[in-house]
Amino acid sequence: MSTATVSEEDGHQEHHDHGLSDVGYIKIAVILAILTAIEVATYFFDFGVVEVPSLLILMVVKFQIVVSYFMHLKFDSKVFSYLFVTGLILAVLVFAAMGTSMVFWQNPSGCDASAFC
Amino acid sequence: MDDTAEAQTSGLAYGRTEWDDHHHLPTNTGLTNEKVTMWAFLGSDCLLFGALISTYLLCRNRIGPATKGPTAADLFDIPFTSVSSFVLLMSSLTMVLAVTSIQRAEMERCKLWLLTTAALGSIFIAGQVYEFTGFYREGLGFTTNISSSAFFTLTGFHGVHVSLGIVMLVTMWALVTRGNLGPERAETIEIIGLYWHFVDIVWIVIFAVVYLIP
Repeated sequence: MSTATVSEEDGHQEHHDHGLSDVGYIKIAVILAILTAIEVATYFFDFGVVEVPSLLILMVVKFQIVVSYFMHLKFDSKVFSYLFVTGLILAVLVFAAMGTSMVFWQNPSGCDASAFC
Repeated sequence: MDDTAEAQTSGLAYGRTEWDDHHHLPTNTGLTNEKVTMWAFLGSDCLLFGALISTYLLCRNRIGPATKGPTAADLFDIPFTSVSSFVLLMSSLTMVLAVTSIQRAEMERCKLWLLTTAALGSIFIAGQVYEFTGFYREGLGFTTNISSSAFFTLTGFHGVHVSLGIVMLVTMWALVTRGNLGPERAETIEIIGLYWHFVDIVWIVIFAVVYLIP
């Protein structure tokens, strides 16, 4: 009895050890909340020319944190990372292709940056 | 032969981490088919939202020659949407706590976190319905102009994803409550969690790119 029970408990503990502890996840959530607060602050205060770059950087950092820790990609098999990153790259290519078609095909005289975003 | 050496000689070590070396599964990849399928689905869903976000960015300042009305950006209530975003972000925390609970065989806590996650998701959806209603009253409908069509399609698709996630969470809660889902099938909750975190990261992008970037 004890062997099976201990083995099962070890299995659960081992699985859990590959991620973070509950306290670790709460710390990650606090970091995400702080980053979101900084994002929202850009709406209330004028950050000037750094506003858009800082928002993009914060977005990427938040994205990376959720994917790495909450989705366990940092601890899981690389196969999952390949699958997900492939989708992300294709999504960026879709954005680039649509942007290119809208900007260049509609304005043969040249690139109208204002039409993009 | 130890586990790692065995994995390497069997050809399963390529692209694998320490996690894989401790979890031998009877599949070609050494990974569960369900989890691989979910990640493949999430990768393909990136394409869907990539296309929708691209469409909105390209159309958000275009009202169209024969149409009138405001754009969605003219009507955004950033403080309100910020609270909604925070609620959805925190639902990712409760989701991951549900996963760790079932892995430790703490079923009561798992049920609590699953319900909390579903409740937070419901609050987010309620906020979105409130926002859409406000837009409609201000004269911004789905067919008002090309900008509004792109906006409602993007945020509507995300809302549908969140709603489906809520249905899955409640289903998981019912299965755990009835004893049909135990710690031995913790990966089922983990896979639902992957989907839930995905809708969260999509909203992280939408909130920044659509709502905050002027």
